Amino acid sequence: MSIDWLHFTPWPSFGGGMLIGLAASMLILFVGRIAGISGILGGLLRPRRGEIGWRTAFLGGLVVAPIVWRAIATLPEIRIDAGWPVLVVAGLLVGIGTRYGAGCTSGHGICGLSRLSPRSAVAVGCFMAAGFTTVLITRHVLGI
Amino acid sequence: MIALVSFVSGLIFGVGLIVAGMANPAKVLGFLDITGRWDPSLALVMAGAILVGLFGFSLARRWTISLLGLPMMLPPTRRLDRRLIAGSLAFGAGWGLGGICPGPALVLIGAGVAKGWIFAAAMLAGMGIFEILDRCPLGRIAR
Repeated sequence: MSIDWLHFTPWPSFGGGMLIGLAASMLILFVGRIAGISGILGGLLRPRRGEIGWRTAFLGGLVVAPIVWRAIATLPEIRIDAGWPVLVVAGLLVGIGTRYGAGCTSGHGICGLSRLSPRSAVAVGCFMAAGFTTVLITRHVLGI
Repeated sequence: MIALVSFVSGLIFGVGLIVAGMANPAKVLGFLDITGRWDPSLALVMAGAILVGLFGFSLARRWTISLLGLPMMLPPTRRLDRRLIAGSLAFGAGWGLGGICPGPALVLIGAGVAKGWIFAAAMLAGMGIFEILDRCPLGRIAR
């Protein structure tokens, strides 16, 4: 292992993280809901009364964010190296996995760890380990 | 009002993801490449988010009702089961393949990135598959 100093962006990443923490705090304190993206999306696939409005509004805010950004400044670089067959497999795994695991990087990673939830800590450990292992295999064993 | 606050929260969340670099899948994979040339930035995203979140959630834990008068929906379950572990492992594998998790997937839709649309469509299909599997007894993973 070596540190990739060229791409390391400590301050923007820390500041962006604080914005994410602010957004999650806002949602729980005002609306009483966990800002877990996979859970909010999944809840729309199992619609119940009173559960559609705030979910759609929150997800709408996420989708609109880059559009607002682009109206003011240029978006930072977005690079996706994977081809579409890989992205389809990745998307299916992320969709099924986050629903079975009841959370993703936001629900378990940010909200769960902020609540000091042991269950979320286990989930984060699992998806981080699987993520590290997958990149190890694709980049360094298979050399893709 | 509930919808407005939810929208603004989503907007700030999305801007935070873009500022943090998490909307760029190549950067996310740089973080997950811990055995290669590792970009630790995303650890700082987590640190910043949790630092602020600790305050928000420590308040939330003491409340029974939110500022807009809704019940606090904090997850009650503390169970560590097979679903949690198998699901999280599958999610991590998918995250490692594309460098995209659910939040950034939605940001990529708004950014108009074609590959982001493909990923998001597959992710929604995956969530749909879960809904089908979870409703039939055979597809239920034992706890």
